[in-house]
Amino acid sequence: MADPMNRRGFLTRASLLSSSLLLSGCDPLVQQSWFRNILYGAENVTRSVQGLFLSDARLAPEYSEADISPKFRANGTIRPDDDDYTALAADDFSNWKLEVGGLVERPASYSLADLRGMPSRTQITRHDCVEGWSCIGKWKGVPLAHVLDLVGLKPQARFIVFYCADTMEQTLDGEAKYYESVAIADARHPQTILAYEMNDQVLPIPHGAPLRLRLERQLGYKMAKYIMKIEAVESLKEINGGNGGYWEDNGYEWYAGI
Amino acid sequence: MSDRMMASRKVRTRRHGIVVRITHWVNVLCMTVLLMSGLQIFNAHPALYWGTQSNFDHPILRLGSEETPDGSVKGVTTIAGHSADSTGVLGASKVNGEMTARGFPSWITLPSYQDLADGRRWHFFFAWLFVLNGAVYLLSLIVSGHWRGMIPSGAQLRHIGGSIRDHMRLRFPKGEEARTYNVLQRLTYLVLILVVIPVLVLGGLTMSPGLDSVFSGLLDLFGGRQSARTVHFLMAFALLLFTLVHVVMVLLSGFLNNMRSMITGTYVIEEEGRSDG
Repeated sequence: MADPMNRRGFLTRASLLSSSLLLSGCDPLVQQSWFRNILYGAENVTRSVQGLFLSDARLAPEYSEADISPKFRANGTIRPDDDDYTALAADDFSNWKLEVGGLVERPASYSLADLRGMPSRTQITRHDCVEGWSCIGKWKGVPLAHVLDLVGLKPQARFIVFYCADTMEQTLDGEAKYYESVAIADARHPQTILAYEMNDQVLPIPHGAPLRLRLERQLGYKMAKYIMKIEAVESLKEINGGNGGYWEDNGYEWYAGI
Repeated sequence: MSDRMMASRKVRTRRHGIVVRITHWVNVLCMTVLLMSGLQIFNAHPALYWGTQSNFDHPILRLGSEETPDGSVKGVTTIAGHSADSTGVLGASKVNGEMTARGFPSWITLPSYQDLADGRRWHFFFAWLFVLNGAVYLLSLIVSGHWRGMIPSGAQLRHIGGSIRDHMRLRFPKGEEARTYNVLQRLTYLVLILVVIPVLVLGGLTMSPGLDSVFSGLLDLFGGRQSARTVHFLMAFALLLFTLVHVVMVLLSGFLNNMRSMITGTYVIEEEGRSDG
């Protein structure tokens, strides 16, 4: 029979060792690619399970005028200092044009006046930042589905990519500008709009002038600001870091419904 | 010789089945990671609010920081409008020897350094494991009929005062009584399983903008997304408080015997009518 003292010693040592391993071992562990792959795999589970419930027609809650936040925090880039953007802003974006291309039948570009002339949707919704806070704002814009119908998506298109004006960092091969992407189904959701107005005013620069995305069933970082170009693509792998967005290339989930 | 004498007075019993033992330790791992990664996520915006949105000027709780006249950083904890200096622990603590603005200190967050993206990755992976593990445990509780062992009997409830007094004096059930959960354990586990953990999980789900489009009733239940975040935080600390008391009880009521019963399943009880050696 085993010596009971040894067994006791083992139990004590095992519990001490496991707790200290847990506390000190996790930082290096998450740097290992095999471990990251496992940990990051939870995103697919979350997306699949939420996908069982989130039919395309389900709307994010909408609120009343009285609920609009007196102070709506602006996050990320507050004022892009890129020369081309500064020049466009100086003329109130009268020379700005939204380019729409990629896997579409009829590539096009639209001025702000063009977009304002299209059908619009106005919605008062809650903006949830990945940091944890929420604000409520009123947004007016053209449904992205309408723009996609105008240009006609080719059958192989699976994602819509948004290219933005703001540079996030200088990288070895130039600059990393903000970009984002959504699946076609989310792009066609009735509340997914390209907003040019916020709280009945022209969209202010801190909130993404002249045009930003509203994607109400996901977190704030998905809702690209300062949009310059929209592209329909089949895969996200070849674009920048290959993860479908600036923050995604920095470890955040591509599916930000949680 | 003394070994044989002890063996004659003590009875080895089977206390915890294999499912309970495995799910218990998986749960220890999950709860530890969830707490530490949860505090990492909290640190990205170390304030809590009530209602739908964040009224930045009136948080319920804020672990903030201020710059002092001499150029260093001071931690300021604000609860419902009342502020106190909490430098070193809350609001500001040392990172690589330097006082830094930080909600919770690095020794309790996962990762230890500020990294919201990886904090979320840890949190959601172990949240799934926690829920699956909990489902296995509940299922086995139902299938085995052991759930009955969690319902306090009428007699137990009538003597709850005595049970509380005994616990205060650190006198724990012995002999036959130690074979089953006592009344305080039963009530505590019931509150955890029926209230604290479900509210904790639902509060987490309510923070998901995706799920809010399907289960808007969750928002009504909690009184808004920011309330849900606050309740999620409070329930996590209720669970932490339970865990601390649980560990103290495990230590005081025979640490090695308790540990063995949760690892190998064997628990030794002392027979009635015999004095302690």
